[in-house]
Order: sequence, then structure tokens, then C-alpha cells
Amino acid sequence: MVTIEDYPDIETEWCPGCGNFGILKAIRKALVNIGKAPHEVLMVSGIGQAGKLPHYMKCNMFNGLHGRTLPPATGAKIANHELTVLTVGGDGDAYGEGGNHLIHAIRRNPNITAIVNDNKIYGLTKGQASPTSELGMKTKVQTHGVVNTPLNPLALAISLDCSFVARGYAGNIEHLAGILEEAIKHRGFALVDILQPCVSFNKLNTFKWYTERVYRLDEEGYVPDDRIKAFERSLEWGDRIPIGIFYKKEKPTLEDGFGVLGEGTLISSPKDQTLVDELIDSFM
Amino acid sequence: MEHDISIRIGGEAGQGIQTIGLALAKTFQKSGLHVFSTQYYLSRVRGGNNYFQIRVSDRPVRAMSDRLDMLIALDRKSLEKYMEELNDGVVLLDAEEFKIPSYDKQLFDVPFQKIAKGTGGSKLYTSTVAMGAVLGLLCFELRYLEDVLRDTFSKKGEEIVHTNILAARAGYEHAQNNYKDKCKYSFAKAGRTSRKMLIDGNDAVGLGALAAGVQFLASYPMTPSTGVMNFVAAHADRFNVIVEQAEDEISALNMVLGASFAGARAMTTTSGGGFSLMAEALGLAGMTETPAVIFLGQRPGPATGLPTMTEQGDLLFALHASQGEFPRCILAPKTPEDAFYLTAKAFNLADKYQIPVFIMSDQYLADAQFTCERFDTSKITIDRHLLSDDELRTMDTYRRYSITPDGISPRALPGQSKHLVVADSDEHNEEGHIDQTADNRILMMEKRMRKLKGLTMEMEGPDVYGPQEADVTLIGWGSSYGPLAETVELLNEEGQSLNLVHFTHIYPIKSEEIRNMITGKGTTVCVESNATGQFAQLLKAEAGISVDMNLLRYDGMPFTPGYIMRALHEKKVI
Repeated sequence: MVTIEDYPDIETEWCPGCGNFGILKAIRKALVNIGKAPHEVLMVSGIGQAGKLPHYMKCNMFNGLHGRTLPPATGAKIANHELTVLTVGGDGDAYGEGGNHLIHAIRRNPNITAIVNDNKIYGLTKGQASPTSELGMKTKVQTHGVVNTPLNPLALAISLDCSFVARGYAGNIEHLAGILEEAIKHRGFALVDILQPCVSFNKLNTFKWYTERVYRLDEEGYVPDDRIKAFERSLEWGDRIPIGIFYKKEKPTLEDGFGVLGEGTLISSPKDQTLVDELIDSFM
Repeated sequence: MEHDISIRIGGEAGQGIQTIGLALAKTFQKSGLHVFSTQYYLSRVRGGNNYFQIRVSDRPVRAMSDRLDMLIALDRKSLEKYMEELNDGVVLLDAEEFKIPSYDKQLFDVPFQKIAKGTGGSKLYTSTVAMGAVLGLLCFELRYLEDVLRDTFSKKGEEIVHTNILAARAGYEHAQNNYKDKCKYSFAKAGRTSRKMLIDGNDAVGLGALAAGVQFLASYPMTPSTGVMNFVAAHADRFNVIVEQAEDEISALNMVLGASFAGARAMTTTSGGGFSLMAEALGLAGMTETPAVIFLGQRPGPATGLPTMTEQGDLLFALHASQGEFPRCILAPKTPEDAFYLTAKAFNLADKYQIPVFIMSDQYLADAQFTCERFDTSKITIDRHLLSDDELRTMDTYRRYSITPDGISPRALPGQSKHLVVADSDEHNEEGHIDQTADNRILMMEKRMRKLKGLTMEMEGPDVYGPQEADVTLIGWGSSYGPLAETVELLNEEGQSLNLVHFTHIYPIKSEEIRNMITGKGTTVCVESNATGQFAQLLKAEAGISVDMNLLRYDGMPFTPGYIMRALHEKKVI
């Protein structure tokens, strides 16, 4: 049986009070609840404070390039679909540098859970705007305030008919762990955007600010099976901010489309070298 | 009697030039003759002026000839453009279409369309009529073409096969009845040799990859590399290969690295522009020591350049792409046959040294068909260099980047055992976790770079073609082998003294061995399809060899023996 001791605490380099701590705890909890042992899990991360997260986990890990979490995760999932594959990166990683990969990962629908630690600011480079920074937010680069319309990751994903779309809050670990558990169990691509206060650089979207605003969709009897309703909820942002599962749809995964994976993993698939000779003969 | 003729089929894109060219090349091959074919096309699906050229001979051929003996002109532009190259050759054309007199000494009228409609009831059979007419003019046995048509159309049903054969016969008879004695080229008595393969560079790379057990290919289509992706995709289901078309080249190589990290033999295919987008992931392969095979089909750059033409202009880019330093390997096949074996070798080297390995080709080799001996699969081995499940079971701890004398850290796969596999793009310690200390950096840098030593030992030195010692030594790499070898042959027959030192194992280079081969007394001329003599620069930097002269071509066209000989004359080397 997998217990929380299988995922021990490891010293981190995050600022004290960082929202990442709650996210890390929730990920561990979710994996324990599902019964996934460290060697069955592959975490693929990008660059940024969020990208360091797998270093503070005990599991297989591929800490790749900034914005490029989804392509190697997709490749690894195709190679060995028995691995539980999670990606983790920040808002700059997933929505800025990696925006195109996100769009196409949603279209492909691999059985991967994409976790985005969305603090609406660049932490590792110390405080520039991110794609999700709010209008008017002043930074050392956006000195007159952000003028670009913030990217709405949930609305984007729902518009692409993403098979699982959710939002968690780093300040509610229990609830976040539940969402992550559902996301990992879901067959298909799951996007979990996580509201993550940045105590050092984002003085606007703080723990206090979020705690006053977030409400749980499930507590209002919301059922995540309707794309239009989900889209409406995804636009809600202000005095009330919904968290929970917005949209869920069963559909064929990327792996379902590859016949060879029906027999086992790609890396264990048999090779028949006599076929090469047959093919060579067709050139004679 | 010796036969060596060149046939060009010219016309607009969409007129069936390739269909005619491929079928004729196959027909000559099936009869046992040696064939070399190449294509010239513009970046468009319809219109323009393209051609397909076939050289057929009863002795081995591996380059374009500078002589044109027969032109099948499907449009007026082909007639106007290529007539002067013909000298005393002949043209087959549809005189009615071109509104010109039906016959003169060089122009042979074959009403392709009329015959097609008469026998097949449709203009669709025009190409087949043309194939028949070419063979009729050459007095070549029609049965080989009939076999090719049967192979090509059998899937479409017996009626289509039959109509095509009728159309070919009608074209054949028209040529025989009207021009039997008027064409000086006859293959009626051509000597037959044993059956050969007929294959182009791209298909040979694809075949090499399948023979090497490739399991995953991710690419974004880009001329002239797309053929490899198409070939592997066409056979993917039978070979248990997964092919994924990525959203861009950044994704393509990153997907390959993810798949490779998880244990799949993986490759990507691209050209210079796409490879530019891969530079970042190339460094990721270097840092995480993840095997990857990169097929780089060169075309003239920079930027979009000449999309459908040829160049060897990306050598130093492939050698230096990405920030930082790490070992890599560059192989450049000289023929399709070589491409098959080198591709298989690329996978083994990538796995053994846990590095990116390039197969560098170009548009010329990608599309050029050669006849060659049947590929010998018994020469192919698949060496994965992975820890076995048993080895992992007996290990107390596993560290992905353990320090070893040869720099190669034993490789396990994620999920293979209880041992965790940790890879990082940051500088990392033996376990794979971020470590930014100076001592660790030195250890890891030296570990990675140590792999170059073993890798260098696996490189093969250059081929020497012609005499061991000569007055002039031509130096070449990759696809230029054919025209260079033929240049050496032709000039030595004329009494000149030349040899060729030709490289297919480009990097790392075996400096000492090469110094001994090249520092002879003759004049050295490095022949390359680029403007700056990139391979000559590599020789200078890596082996300390300075060539006496560069012979460069960068107009997008491939080398021919004629071009090389003219340039050698101009440089007063011969």
C-alpha cells in the first residue's frame, strides 16, 4: 500500500509562505489516495519556481525546458502509457512560452494531467507580468500597468473541448487534492489551473484576496457536464471566483488512436525483422 | 555495345512528370539495367516547370550526366528551355498541342492525348502512352513496363491495369511504326545484369530506421525531409511504430526526447528552418543525455531560401547549434545504400553514447534514385545499451548520471523498476537533481565530454576513390560522392592523376588518421555545395588540415561531373 511516507518531505528553495507548498502537498496526497507509488509516476516540468516542484517530490522526473512540458510528456506517455504522467509548470511556462503546445495537447487528448501553478506573475525572474496578470497590474517592466488582456486558461480549454478542465486553489489543499485525484483518474487530457498566491511579487492576488472570493462549484450543485455552462462559469472573475471541476467529457484519448498500444506498451511491442526484408523486396 | 543515355521528362507540376519518371526508372531497373534518377521541381503543386531525369546504363551510374539524349516535353516551356542541352538528342512531344510541324530530325510527334483518348477513353492515360512511346523509340522490350503497370495499378482493379497496358502498347507502337530507325539509341540488345534495388535517399533512410527498430517518430513536415516521415508513416502499423505530426518542430524534438527518455527508439525529420526551432531541444538532449536521431534534409537557406533545391549549407549549424557544449555525432550518407546502413548505425550510436546523432542529407540525395545491391539486413544489429530488469533488481541504488571512466552512465527507464530515473535540464548531480556547485559542474562536464573519445573510435575514416597517391586530391562529404567519383574516373581515363577522399562520418573526426591520408603531395580541392567551404573549415579546426582550394556551388543545383570538371579547368587544377 502506498502511504504518505512514500512521498517524504524534501528541502525546497521556495520563499516561506509560497503557494507552491500547498500545491506540492495536494499532489502527494492525491497520488497516495490513488495508490500510485513513486516509481509508477513520471513528472515532467518546465522552468520557473513551479518547474522545480518535481525536485521536491520522490518520483521519476524529466525537468525539461521552459514552456516545453507537454511535448516530452506526450512522447513519454506514448512510449510507456502505463506511467502516470503529470506535468507541472507555471503560468509563464504553460500559457506563455508553451501556449501552442497546450492548444495541441488539448486537441490530442493524451492521458496526462497538466498542473499549472498560476500565480499571475513571473517569480523566478523576479516580478514581470505573466499571460494571466490582471489588467493594470504594475510591475518593473509593465511600469504603466498591464495592458494586454489576461489569458483565461479555463475558457480557452473549454472552447477547445478539453476533456477535463478544473481550477484549484493553493489555499485549500483538501479540495485541491480531490480535484487532482479526479484529474489523474480521468482518461484523457486534464488541465488543472491552480490559483497560487506569490508572497514575494504579486501583492494583488494574495491569500487574503483569494480566500475572500473563491467559492466551490460543487457546493452550488454545479454538474460539470455542459460545455456552455462551463464556459459561462469560466468567465466569472471578480467578487466571486469559482473553483472545482468546470468541465468533464469522456472521449477517445491519443493512445486509443494507436492500435499497437492495445497490446501493451510501445516500448515492449514486438519487432518482426522479417518484415524489413519483405519491404526491401518491394524495391527490387 | 555500351549504353548510357539520359532521358528528361519536363512539364508543369501536375502533368504526371513524376508518374512517368518513376515508372520508366522502375522499368529499366526491372530489366536489370543500372539507373540513376533525379528531380528538379519548384515549390508549387500546379504549374511552373519541373523535370524528372533518368540516366540508364549497363554499367553502374551514380550521378547525373551532363549530356541529354531524350526529352519528353509535356509543355512548350520544356521544349524552349531544354532544347539547347540536347545537342543531337531527340524530343518526344504532342505536336498538335504545341502547334508545330509534326516531324523534323529531332522532334518526334506522338499525339499523347489523342492516343490516350482512343485507347483508354480518357486523357488520364496520357502519361502511360508517353511511357510506351519512350520504350518504343528505344526498341526496349515492353514487358518490363507492363509488369510495372500491373504492380502500380493492381489495387485499382483488372480493368484499369488492362487499359493502362493498352495505352502503353499504343504509345509503343506509334513510336515503332513512325520512328523505328530514326532514333540512334537502341536498348534492344542491352546486356542484362542481375536484379538490383531502386531506391531514393529518403526511402533508404526510412528503411534504415525501420530496420533499426525505430518505435517513435515525431516531425513537422518540411521539404525535402518529409519523404522519410511519409515512408515511416506508410509502414508504421505493420512495424509497430507510432508517428506523430507535431504542432511545430520545437514540439517534435521535445516529443522525441520524452519518448526516448521513456525507452522508445525515437527520431525526428526536418530541414534547416525546422532544425532552427529544434536548437533548444538539441541542447536538452545533450544535457539530459537522451538519445535522439535527427534526420536533417538540407536545402538552401537562409530563411525559406530555395525550398525545393539542394545545398550542403547547414553543416556548421548542425555542429554548433544550441548554447553550451556537449557531444554530438554527424553522419552524412553518400548514396541511398549508405543511408540505409548509416541510419541504423545512428540509432546504435545515439543509444550507446546517449547523445543526439544527425543524419545529414539534402534535397539532391533525398529525391535521387539509385540502383544498388539488395540491402543486407544481416549487417544490422539493434544495440539498446539499457540496463536489464535483472541488473536493476540487484542494484541497491541507481543514479542516472553516475560518473564512469568512459562517461557513459548506465541507463534505466522510468517505471522499469523501483529505481527512480531523474533527468534535468539544469546542471545536475549524479542522481539527476539540480546542483550548481563548481565541483559538480566540472565532474559532469568532463563526464559528458569524455564520451567523445569512445565515439571518435566508432567513426570510420574517409573512402579513397582512385589511386592512393595523385596529383590532385578532391575532398568531399555526403551526397556529392557520385559526381565526384565519376569526375575522378573520367579525368583519370583522360590521363590526368586524381583521387577522391570522401567523408560520410563527419563528426567527431579521426584527426590523426585523416592527416595521414590528406597530407600527400598533391593539390587538395574541397568540393562542397555551399558558399563558405564549411567542411574545409571543419577539417582545419578539427584536424589542422588546410586545403589548397575550395570548389563551391551554391546555386541550388547539384554537382555534376561536367560542372566539377569545368570548375577544375577554370581553377587551372587540371
